Amino acid sequence: MSRGLGWIVCLGAVACGPVLAQGRAYVSSEKDNALTVIDTTSMAVTGTIASCKRGRHIQRMPDGLLMVACTDSNAADVIDPASGKSVRRVPLGQEPEAFDLSPDGKTIYVSNEDEAEASFVDAATGKVLKSIKVGQEPEGVKASADGRSLYVTSEVAGMVHVIDVASATVVKNIKVGQRPRRMAFVAGGTELWVTNELSASVSIIDTATQRVKDTITFEVKGARKEDITPVGITAAADGKRVFVALGRANRVAFIDAPARKVTDQVLVGKRAWNLVLDKAEARLWVVNGLSDDVTVVDVAAAKALKSIPVGRVPYGVALVE
Amino acid sequence: MTGRAQMRAAASAVLLAMGLAGWPTAASPLNATLLLRADDSRLDRSRVERAYLGHPGGPAADGLRLALEDGGFELDAAQAAVKTRTEQVASADAARRAAQAAAQAGAAVLLTDLPADWTLAVADAVALPVLDVGTADDRLRAQDCRARLYHLLPSERMRSDALAQYLLTRKWTQLLLLTGSSAVDAERAATVQASLTRYGLKVVASKPFKLSADPRERNLANPLLLTAGASYDAVWVVDSDGEFARGLPYRIALARPVVGDAGLVPLAWHAQFERFGAPQVSRRFAKAFGRPMTDHDWAAWLAGKALVAAAIAAPAGPAAKQAQALASAKLDGSKGTPLTFRAWDGQLRQTVLLTDGQGVIAQAPVDGLLHPRDVLDTLGADAPEKLCKVSR
Repeated sequence: MSRGLGWIVCLGAVACGPVLAQGRAYVSSEKDNALTVIDTTSMAVTGTIASCKRGRHIQRMPDGLLMVACTDSNAADVIDPASGKSVRRVPLGQEPEAFDLSPDGKTIYVSNEDEAEASFVDAATGKVLKSIKVGQEPEGVKASADGRSLYVTSEVAGMVHVIDVASATVVKNIKVGQRPRRMAFVAGGTELWVTNELSASVSIIDTATQRVKDTITFEVKGARKEDITPVGITAAADGKRVFVALGRANRVAFIDAPARKVTDQVLVGKRAWNLVLDKAEARLWVVNGLSDDVTVVDVAAAKALKSIPVGRVPYGVALVE
Repeated sequence: MTGRAQMRAAASAVLLAMGLAGWPTAASPLNATLLLRADDSRLDRSRVERAYLGHPGGPAADGLRLALEDGGFELDAAQAAVKTRTEQVASADAARRAAQAAAQAGAAVLLTDLPADWTLAVADAVALPVLDVGTADDRLRAQDCRARLYHLLPSERMRSDALAQYLLTRKWTQLLLLTGSSAVDAERAATVQASLTRYGLKVVASKPFKLSADPRERNLANPLLLTAGASYDAVWVVDSDGEFARGLPYRIALARPVVGDAGLVPLAWHAQFERFGAPQVSRRFAKAFGRPMTDHDWAAWLAGKALVAAAIAAPAGPAAKQAQALASAKLDGSKGTPLTFRAWDGQLRQTVLLTDGQGVIAQAPVDGLLHPRDVLDTLGADAPEKLCKVSR
């Protein structure tokens, strides 16, 4: 009897198994100085956490804490998801926007957009260890898994700077599309995918040769090319699928990575911006900057499940599962 | 003289000296000369202080310099360089001579912030691309267009089309048109009429105004008298000078908005624009020059970005290849879409911002408007109108 009931629940639910694990999503927004907390199972907002000013990039640290960069506070806020409270602030230099952490979590690599610099910051003390000049309006920051290389996009220069971490110098400038934004490693780190906001495309860099080896240009039926403005990007762990938020085209593109083909385009909210995939790779959490909400997408069905109202001008999302 | 002005004067002296000695011999940079009007009355302190929307806030050289600094990394990476020189001219004749001298000295591109006729004199004097960063005159995009002349500021018609589109979205279709007495105002009012016709808006009354305190002329000068006795959704004021228009909002007979040269104004740029990375550009500009970035500054900045794009496309020349790159450049003006020059009249396609001077209220083209090729071409002269007969 109970087995039978179990079957019914499983068939009737949208998804089964690990998807239903308890978890929370933390969403930063530029105009609230707070994070919105969402229960990932019920997909309902459970509260907010006061944070620093103009929260932007947010990600999980290796020790499980959350770090959010606050552009107007010139700092990162470190939040303990267990207590829902800020545990410390780390100075991040002028106008920090995006960052990444070294694999050991000890160094923060941050883009300082107004200074046109990438900085290495000690995650414990907030001491700026190194500052490296890059092209104007640096944005995305990505550290390689081995911790040796750092990649930073410059929106104005239209290039990805490759920085050798040991010597803290730019060793290569790779020309990509117009207004490059965010990056994701694919195929075990042998490829770096870069979104080009004003070229409606993704440049695929071969990390061994440090050259662009492929470009995927997006087309959306019924949308003009200039409204396809890709920003956020994330990849499945096996590297087979990549997900790109298409900005003003209000969609997320699912890409078959080896085939370099867009397989699905899922309608989400207004100006889909940054996005993350849960551990089970069952759901995609998409932040919509101009409709002040987050859309949860069922990956298998390639369909939006729910849009959840959050703060004003939401920017990034991190999951704690 | 302020410290800043002294520095600028010293810099000009150095530049002039360089001009006499010819170009510095760097590794084949793209040379560009910016021609400015001598004793530019638009930049008189008393005018600049008033900060009328759509009027310049400082020299065009500022925006140009910022663009070259912004492009430094990209230029270095491509082993390209841009060298600019500034020269002041006091007449159309002087502009022509300066253009010819610059071309002989090896300039690949000229930039102008000059009156319309002087700009034409420059375009006719040389076989080089000319980037016009100072005029909005429709005739330079129509009957007086030139094959190698490019315009960075939106034309008057683009501006009035932008405003008309917005009025249409509000359903503010009945307009009272007030026009100043200058020839320029008459010309611009005709452009406004064309935009209103294009978007199906209606002028319920059209009146001239005069800036005057003379009680005998109060019917022409008094905002209450000018705006009473009619029913309308908005007052559109055409005032190239700016003083009358500034005094119009909140002083009219009805509780209606004022648009045009005061109230809600269509511009290429405003320092309070919040989207598409615009605040970063405005902040860099304010940091470098100690003043807010105006629409004229944006035009000069974007012209500088066009030079950077041309230099990178062909770091070692030849000039023809650089000119080709300029014509087909896709420029990032921090307005959300790549911007290109129209093939039929050299006008830069662009979003127009509608501002009340405090912030940006809306952008045009407005949402929902359609165009068979590029929605930006709903602003200004479109290809099928064939207003520019020159083949480019």
